[in-house]
Amino acid sequence: MSPDPDWSVAGQLSAHIAILSLMAIGGGVIMVAPEVQRFVVDSHHWMTAERFSAAYAISQASPGPNLLYATLVGWEVAGWAGALASTAAIVAPPMVLTLALMHASSRRTPGRFARAVGKGLAPLSVGFLLATGWILLRGAATDWRAVAVTVLATAAVLGTRINPVWVIAAGAAAGVAGLV
Amino acid sequence: MIATPPRDVAPPRIAPLELFVAFSGMALSGFGGVLPFAYRAMVERRAWVTREEFARLLALGQVLPGPTICNLAVIFGYRSSGVAGAGAALAGMVALPVAIVLGLGAVYDRFGDVPAVRRALVGMSAVAAGLILATAIKMARAVPRRLLPAALCVLAFVGVGLVRFSLIAVIAVLGPVAIFVAWKESDVA
Repeated sequence: MSPDPDWSVAGQLSAHIAILSLMAIGGGVIMVAPEVQRFVVDSHHWMTAERFSAAYAISQASPGPNLLYATLVGWEVAGWAGALASTAAIVAPPMVLTLALMHASSRRTPGRFARAVGKGLAPLSVGFLLATGWILLRGAATDWRAVAVTVLATAAVLGTRINPVWVIAAGAAAGVAGLV
Repeated sequence: MIATPPRDVAPPRIAPLELFVAFSGMALSGFGGVLPFAYRAMVERRAWVTREEFARLLALGQVLPGPTICNLAVIFGYRSSGVAGAGAALAGMVALPVAIVLGLGAVYDRFGDVPAVRRALVGMSAVAAGLILATAIKMARAVPRRLLPAALCVLAFVGVGLVRFSLIAVIAVLGPVAIFVAWKESDVA
């Protein structure tokens, strides 16, 4: 991966990511990953599709918010400058917008409309979350054994108070042991 | 109609340093998505918010653009400790994971061809899907047992998960309906 900071590339990439991040409404920034891929792979040929997929898989295997693929893509195409710039680009614009909105409605008790928005949209967010799980399952389900691992993991988290980190570790162990 | 009046609970006051530590902990546990760990930490372990309040925070974080879990951190941090709290919660969510993912990227550069590494990734991805599903099922229990909220939940899942409509389109259609119904219901209070 590129060790040399390239501020020109970092600037172009982060400007693009900042716009995409502000367009990622309702589903988080995973939904703009295909657009990021088109930008760095097809439009600018800064990295290959294979390297992009590898970066995405590594970010999924890392702890933390699922914006980290942008960090790795930035690092890949423009070194440390790219990693920092694309991370800032994906978190800073939404944070400023969120704070501005929170500040504008800074009354201690939210108004009737704000409550209706929060309460009304809650069932939708549950539906979207189910959809995310479903899409992840379809991506991970290479065969019936992977589906079995997903079902077991779901049951373990629902049926016990086990820390999910251990379920993840069990999944990794099952993979290494060749069970998946 | 509804027995319990809408609760406007004052948000807990939490110092920025505590927010940074707590959100760092959630982020570092969050393999395959921080949400299940945020739910566990904020609702089950620290009891900072109830299940219903968490669902509302999440809905707000999803409606605002950008990374959902970071928006949730910013909103909760701001409510707990103002702008400093928002910055501390967001920094906790992002700083250490960025360092780790870059370290893993460097490791992958050297060992990515080892089959065991690749197989471990497959197993972890399958578990990650299960964690998201379990969190969704837990939160589904907080959806009111009435026809319309349940139908909206199902339609949101079918539209985005099965039919693969764009999320923006689904929100544009279902969102106004959901908000209008919640608005009419608050007439009662």
